Amino acid sequence: MQKSATFVRKEMLQAQEPPTSERGAIKWVRENLFSSALNSVLTIVGLVAAFLVIKAALPWLLHSVWNANSLGECRDIIAARYGEGATGACWAVVRERWHQYLFGFYPQELFWRPTMAFGLMFVALAPVLYYGNQRVNTIMTGVVSILTILALIGISLAFPQTIGGVEAGALAVLVAALVLGGLTAVAWLAPKRLLYFTLLYPAVGFYLLWGGSIWGPIGTLAGFAVLVVVYNLTKGQLGVVVGTGAGVVAAAIWWLAIQSHVTGALHSVLPLGTAHVDSDEFGGFLLAFVIGVTAIAASLPMGILLALGRRSDMPLIKALSVGFIEFIRGVPLITMLFTASLLLQYFLPPRSNFDLILRVIILVTFFSAAYIAEVIRGGLAALPRGQYEAADALGLDYWQAQRLIVMPQALKISIPGIVSSFIGLFKDTTLVALVGLHDPLQGVTKVVRAAIEWKGIYWEPYIFVGLIFFACCFSMSRYSMYLERKLKRDHR
Amino acid sequence: MNKTVLLGTLAASALLAGFASAGTLDDVKARGELICGVNTGLTGFGAPDANGNYQGFDVAVCKAVAAAVLGDPNKVKYVPTTGETRFTALASGEVDMLARNSTWTFSRDNDLKLDFVAVNYYDGQGFMVHKDLGVSSAKELDGATICIQTGTTTELNLADFFKANNIGYTPVTVADDSEAQRQYLAGACDSFTTDASGLAAVRATMPDAENHIILPEIISKEPLGPVVRHGDNNWGDVVRWSYYALVAAEEKGITQANIEEVAASTQDPEVKRILGLEGDLGAMMGLDKEWAKRAIAASGNYGEIFAATIGEGTSIGLARGLNALYTQGGLQYAPPFR
Repeated sequence: MQKSATFVRKEMLQAQEPPTSERGAIKWVRENLFSSALNSVLTIVGLVAAFLVIKAALPWLLHSVWNANSLGECRDIIAARYGEGATGACWAVVRERWHQYLFGFYPQELFWRPTMAFGLMFVALAPVLYYGNQRVNTIMTGVVSILTILALIGISLAFPQTIGGVEAGALAVLVAALVLGGLTAVAWLAPKRLLYFTLLYPAVGFYLLWGGSIWGPIGTLAGFAVLVVVYNLTKGQLGVVVGTGAGVVAAAIWWLAIQSHVTGALHSVLPLGTAHVDSDEFGGFLLAFVIGVTAIAASLPMGILLALGRRSDMPLIKALSVGFIEFIRGVPLITMLFTASLLLQYFLPPRSNFDLILRVIILVTFFSAAYIAEVIRGGLAALPRGQYEAADALGLDYWQAQRLIVMPQALKISIPGIVSSFIGLFKDTTLVALVGLHDPLQGVTKVVRAAIEWKGIYWEPYIFVGLIFFACCFSMSRYSMYLERKLKRDHR
Repeated sequence: MNKTVLLGTLAASALLAGFASAGTLDDVKARGELICGVNTGLTGFGAPDANGNYQGFDVAVCKAVAAAVLGDPNKVKYVPTTGETRFTALASGEVDMLARNSTWTFSRDNDLKLDFVAVNYYDGQGFMVHKDLGVSSAKELDGATICIQTGTTTELNLADFFKANNIGYTPVTVADDSEAQRQYLAGACDSFTTDASGLAAVRATMPDAENHIILPEIISKEPLGPVVRHGDNNWGDVVRWSYYALVAAEEKGITQANIEEVAASTQDPEVKRILGLEGDLGAMMGLDKEWAKRAIAASGNYGEIFAATIGEGTSIGLARGLNALYTQGGLQYAPPFR
């Protein structure tokens, strides 16, 4: 019998590298850039386009000039350095006029006030964005404090001022260090307490920006105290809704009729205050942030109420909400701005001086609130009916059900929509240039170009302002993605 | 029906606003501040400088009026207005006067119910072309592409001019001067047209100014001047004569520097009346004796203002041209102070 020689492999073969076309960069390129004829063509067209853009822009960026006093000087420097006919960016305009882009015409000796308000804004935001998170709150407050103090030092070096022999900048830095240090300590020791600062911030920010008598903001805050007191006194007999109404009416009476007398009397007895700054001195990013942040903060609660109103069973409330939302959404923002700047003046009593920025803020808030309301209504509609029924079954009243069950879920669903509304709103603040306010993009740039030294400058201001806007909007967008991940509770 | 009611209400409230501010002079005095509508930024004519102080040829009129009425040229609140908002801002009472390079036209005077009290700058629309285009007259621009700002009277003037000369052109519309300059330099248009004063400012800031020429034709009349609301004649007179005081001061050789000296030594009866040494011209319009003296002292006489803001000594380099005094072949002419 012939023995058949069998072959049995005793050891494993060494794993081989995949073929060159299936690994490394080549594989990636093949899969991602040249996977089909169409994609290959698109890749090549894209590369050519990118090359052309870089070819046009790169020399211009590389030939940047930072130190010059006028556009003509920039051109001379570029011609001297890179030969006749070379083009280059003239960032000297940003160097010379950065303060106008940031603060508009705010008095230079008071630049520390908007800077401080801006820093404190983030401290006030920390507990809202990261409620009760001790580590993040402390880090955020601490980092913001350090940056604010650095900014204040920079400003006091750029615009040295002395008040009564004392270096004003140093004084501002000292005060800021104390206040911000205190707030960082609060964030570390009792992160939830920081929320009280957030509630106080609108008054603090307002006072820092506008200044004047200290009794004004205190009087306004007292109005809220009146609201709470009246609400607490009446809610027992009248119920929550009527109690709230009574509180609001009492506060309105305080604000409209009583407050000015009381604060006037207090001011004459104890005239405490700082230099008042008129709002037509606001401009640049200061203006964009004042309008944007106020409108964002005010439009969210207003939008929630409008969304609830639109789904309400009470015909009057429903009709009012629908009417408001549909009317505002049916009108372009520019119309609202023109109304604010021109038409309102016709209806107000003669000689009444109703601040233009305030008018613009109110109408921008209305505009944003109508959009937010619809976004939130989308979130409300996405909730299964069972959730509402469960809330009823637990015996919760309307507001408890909204607060504990409906809103947390509806808002979570609406986060991307809300944040895109906010980003849109923030960018729309540049439209106020149309009513003659000095927004950073058009308004300040026009002022800068009106100076003969900088007339003819084109891209540099736009790029500078665009980068700042991008940084702001991009952070908002990243925060919304973080929030979505954090609140992600998949339906189980 | 409803529309009529709404329009009626609007008209009524406009009328009310008009009546209510019938005494602008009293309002300004009571307020202690003149609210002056100015340009959001026009080189040489009106713009805030690096420190936020408004400067310029038009702004000087605001200062003169504030000095005449309130005694202090700095008691002015400047309200920047755009081309769209300027007349409504004036009509609604948001500003007391406009000093904002606005062209005096029939329809603005009558239909918009405005009063152009004087002409502080006689402008006209011109053309700028590349030198190597080889054109020496606007009439040779047949078939040219022309950069033009939309929504302005210049657009209409351009159409009129080309139609009248029976030649064709292609408009390239731009939003503002800086965009026009950019398009023109990039070669998107052969020619750029706007007011001659604007052209001069644009040319002055070009990297290769010597390669561009401004054609001799001026195709339109653009009398620019301060504007007040229709119907408040007293206030209109205050603004008008504050301005004429500046022109008369140039005629009489009164300058910011020598005004005190002139007041002490002059024998000229009209100068005495202007400076409040004789007669009481101020009282006739509700001001004190020295109103004109303060207006002149605010930023100098007309010629000084011109020279300091837009004249040949500045980078803009405008010649007096039509804006010279009538004695020097121009159109600036102040009625007698009598």
